[in-house]
Amino acid sequence: MLSRDQVLHVARLARLELTDDEMERFGGELSKVLDHIEKIAELGDLAGVEPTSHVVEVENALRADEPRPSLPRETALAAAPDPAPGGFRVPSPGAG
Amino acid sequence: MGEILDLTAAEAAARTRAGDLDPAELWRTYRERAAADELNAFTWVSEDAEPPAADGPLGGVPIGVKDLFCTKGIPSQAGSKILEGYRPPYTATAVERLTAAGAPTLAKTNQDEFAMGSSNENSAYGPVLNPWDRTRVPGGSSGGSAAAVAAGAVPWAIGTDTGGSIRQPAALCGIVGLKPTYGAISRYGMIAFASSLDQAGPFTRDVTDSALLLSAMAGADPCDSTSLGLPEPVRAPTATDLRGIRLGVPQELTGEGIEPGVLDAFRRSLEQARELGATVEPMRLAHAQHGLAAYYLIAPAECSSNLARYDGVRYGHRTGDAGELLAMYTKTREEGFGPEVKRRVMLGTYALSSGYYDAYYGRAQKVRTLIAQDFEAAWERFDFVVSPTSPGVAFELGAKTADPLAMYLNDFCTVPMSLAGIPAISIPNGLSEGLPTGFQLAGPAFSENRLLDAAHALEGIFGFDGSGARA
Repeated sequence: MLSRDQVLHVARLARLELTDDEMERFGGELSKVLDHIEKIAELGDLAGVEPTSHVVEVENALRADEPRPSLPRETALAAAPDPAPGGFRVPSPGAG
Repeated sequence: MGEILDLTAAEAAARTRAGDLDPAELWRTYRERAAADELNAFTWVSEDAEPPAADGPLGGVPIGVKDLFCTKGIPSQAGSKILEGYRPPYTATAVERLTAAGAPTLAKTNQDEFAMGSSNENSAYGPVLNPWDRTRVPGGSSGGSAAAVAAGAVPWAIGTDTGGSIRQPAALCGIVGLKPTYGAISRYGMIAFASSLDQAGPFTRDVTDSALLLSAMAGADPCDSTSLGLPEPVRAPTATDLRGIRLGVPQELTGEGIEPGVLDAFRRSLEQARELGATVEPMRLAHAQHGLAAYYLIAPAECSSNLARYDGVRYGHRTGDAGELLAMYTKTREEGFGPEVKRRVMLGTYALSSGYYDAYYGRAQKVRTLIAQDFEAAWERFDFVVSPTSPGVAFELGAKTADPLAMYLNDFCTVPMSLAGIPAISIPNGLSEGLPTGFQLAGPAFSENRLLDAAHALEGIFGFDGSGARA
């Protein structure tokens, strides 16, 4: 069972501010899912097995380094919640 | 209008190209049906009374596009509140290719938020209803695409499959759903869930339509360095028998956990495959039973990384209650993400966190290798591996929402193929309790032409009639 502190720690890493209700609920739900996931421990020692991060064996997919037009700046900024002239405005990082 | 509705997409395309059917009439017919949809299958329907000019092999037959494909100037919200109102400045390559081949976008389809779900109940825009029984789910995550095609609200549609999100809703709605080989279709402009697994593919009434749509979507793309295209052009499938075809039936996906009615339909289908000349033999996928656990580590891990981009800075929702920067991030994400997305982000973050990485994520990647090796060994003895697509028929709305693990278990027949990156197709093979069941056929990487041929032969003998859902 995940402790409340563990749930809080993971939420902080994931940049999520959970409500108390969510904290309670996710702790129980995630513990149950993790219990199922623990089944992969049954497979024993996998030291000799290579991990697969990607199924496609493509290496060094390169293209010619030729300049081409990118999105106009105004277009790239158009969907921003708080665009500033030529950039994105964000709140101050504060003291912490 | 009744006549138009009875045409498959390939038949409609053949008629418009021969000049026997006006593409504008086709567009108007389906636009009216999509606009009148009562299944909540759409998040956007074109308001254009006349279709955009279309030219190409797809004959102007309009298409439904899952909400998570970016479409320039058209809402692309991936079923999430955090992207509410987002209109991208560019269009996904897969959609560009379809437009260029003559399939104009008629509508965007509803989905589970960021493609996380197996019932379409995780959409911020409400659940989609199953056209066979409106008290039931259409499956997910591409539930809107599946329901819309089954109901005849669009002639065909595209979706994405990460662990079964094309095949399972296709099965639950009684249509054909194809997950191509990983890399066959560009992911550029597909809003990412789990990048090593996400793959686009077609939802269609039949296998011939599936091949036609795949032929237009597949292709390498300089904007997606993991895209390869397919090694040969996709052919229209013609096979009517399975002589010489060896089908493997994995014990792990055809026994415990499958509803009796689904298993009955599956066994009848195996008999029909034998009648067509196939040999059918039991086999093992020794590590498939661990596929679900590996999948529910790898996919959340990748999602927790991919979804870090939703920070209230460049697009999408930002909290009105900002304060300093870190609080802006955490409140924006708290307000914008639904419960399932938060669960998976939490699960993935945990699996990747210091002290747990080797035991969870690292180990899951090794299990992924073992599953891929199981399939490699299978291809030495078999042409295809077959199983039910979904362990059950469409379930009641709300039946599994209180138990995330029960919901995840829906995916156990479809995740092994996703982890191995191989193509798999679901074709409707009957009814159980009056609801459609799906037959899944999986083949080696890049075997799409052979897979579609075998599916075509099976479709002929199954003789499934989906017209009831289009009433």
